[in-house]
Amino acid sequence: MAKTESEITWRDLEIGLVVTEPGNAKCYKTGDWKSLKPILDRERCVHCGLCYIFCPDMAYSPDQDGFFIADLYYCKGCGICAQECPTKAITMVPEEEE
Amino acid sequence: MGKRVGIEGSIAASEAVRLANVDVVAAYPITPQTHIVEHLSEFVNDGELDAEFIPVESEHSAMSVCVGSSAAGARTFTCTSSQGLALMNEIVYIAPVLRLPIMMILANRSLSGPLSIWNDHSDVMSIRDCGWIQVFVENGQETFDHVLWAFRVGEDHKVLHPVIVNMDGFLLTHTIEPVELLDQETVNRFLPPYEPVFRLHPDKPLTMGCFAMPGLFTEAKKAQDEALKTTMPMILKGWKEFGDLTGRYYRPIEEYETEDAEVLLITMGSFGETASAAVDMMRAKGKAVGVIKIRLWRPFPFEAFRKAAKKAKTLIVIDRATSYGGPGGPVASELRAALYGEKQQPAVVNFIAGLAGRDVGTRDFEEMVDQTLKRKKRARQEDYQIYGVRE
Repeated sequence: MAKTESEITWRDLEIGLVVTEPGNAKCYKTGDWKSLKPILDRERCVHCGLCYIFCPDMAYSPDQDGFFIADLYYCKGCGICAQECPTKAITMVPEEEE
Repeated sequence: MGKRVGIEGSIAASEAVRLANVDVVAAYPITPQTHIVEHLSEFVNDGELDAEFIPVESEHSAMSVCVGSSAAGARTFTCTSSQGLALMNEIVYIAPVLRLPIMMILANRSLSGPLSIWNDHSDVMSIRDCGWIQVFVENGQETFDHVLWAFRVGEDHKVLHPVIVNMDGFLLTHTIEPVELLDQETVNRFLPPYEPVFRLHPDKPLTMGCFAMPGLFTEAKKAQDEALKTTMPMILKGWKEFGDLTGRYYRPIEEYETEDAEVLLITMGSFGETASAAVDMMRAKGKAVGVIKIRLWRPFPFEAFRKAAKKAKTLIVIDRATSYGGPGGPVASELRAALYGEKQQPAVVNFIAGLAGRDVGTRDFEEMVDQTLKRKKRARQEDYQIYGVRE
């Protein structure tokens, strides 16, 4: 979208509020909902991909080394990945701390 | 051009839907709308109408199907009454936001309870703020004409709104009257095929009916309000062009004997004909009475109404519904608001009458005028009277 939400006036809206650009929901930042973020301990990770499977926001994707990494632009901090991780490789930490 | 026949209001309505060559009919039968839907299903079965007739399991599904088919670009019709409208309510509000020109006939019937199958306007008043274009008709001819007009106006690219044509249940749906039916060629000249601006199609994916966060919802509602208000010129153009074609001209506010009237009866729907006959009767006795008939209910024609209303000292608004514990009839309440702050304000008297099929004849309109002329005190906003109730 050319304009951000706060710049859009009622006149800018398409007839019937139709969204003409398919897939633009990916621009929507849900990452700022979170208070906790997942931290991966690469020593413990067995690359099983359960975090990737269980993530309700599909925030996880594999990197070039085969580790699954959460995209913090989308991660809402729900902690399901940490709960499901069989080797306890993921811990949820407050956003401002590492 | 047209053929004048004796025909039931419902059959005339379904003839108009057939002539409009609809693509989809989705409806669930409910008294007193039944004949319209039955007749359309016969047309489809007999090959006289090339449409999908979708016999849904409820009115909620009927309106949902209509939203889907209209979004796919199909000319779409449905029809309901009372409890059926109540059941489809949720989806009724969504159609205008999506700017889908669905056409609905509402065969007006009292909302339960107590359970009743007869006519009043409590059903349509329950969705007063749904955002559809809403008109009222007063006889079989107006019903036939307005079905065609509704498709034409609703589908215009400057309009793109769903339209409700209100016809009084039984009084219009089940009455046989002379109606001039138009031939297919004339209808085709008035009503071109529907060309949607946006439609659901795999070749050009788009999203309809998306979620709006608080940051955009207010803008969406402002857009909706403005869109409905700006349909007025095309509504008038639709009536003008229909008149040029058929000789039958319609206006948002219809007037009868208003020029030198001191008292004006204000009606919607089939009351208009009876009130006009009552005016003839009263004029013969020397009473300066006229009628204002509100044809267009949404968008409300404020200017036309004020212009007509200022001709008299007293307005008698006859509502066919009420707002319990509120300011009386919804029509009177709105008309009082429309006149508020005007320099020249007629007194507004409100009668609630004709609930659930209670007969209101010419003598009743005369009685309302006589009672009003005897009044000493000017009516306040919340003053109304349920006419003819047994004390």
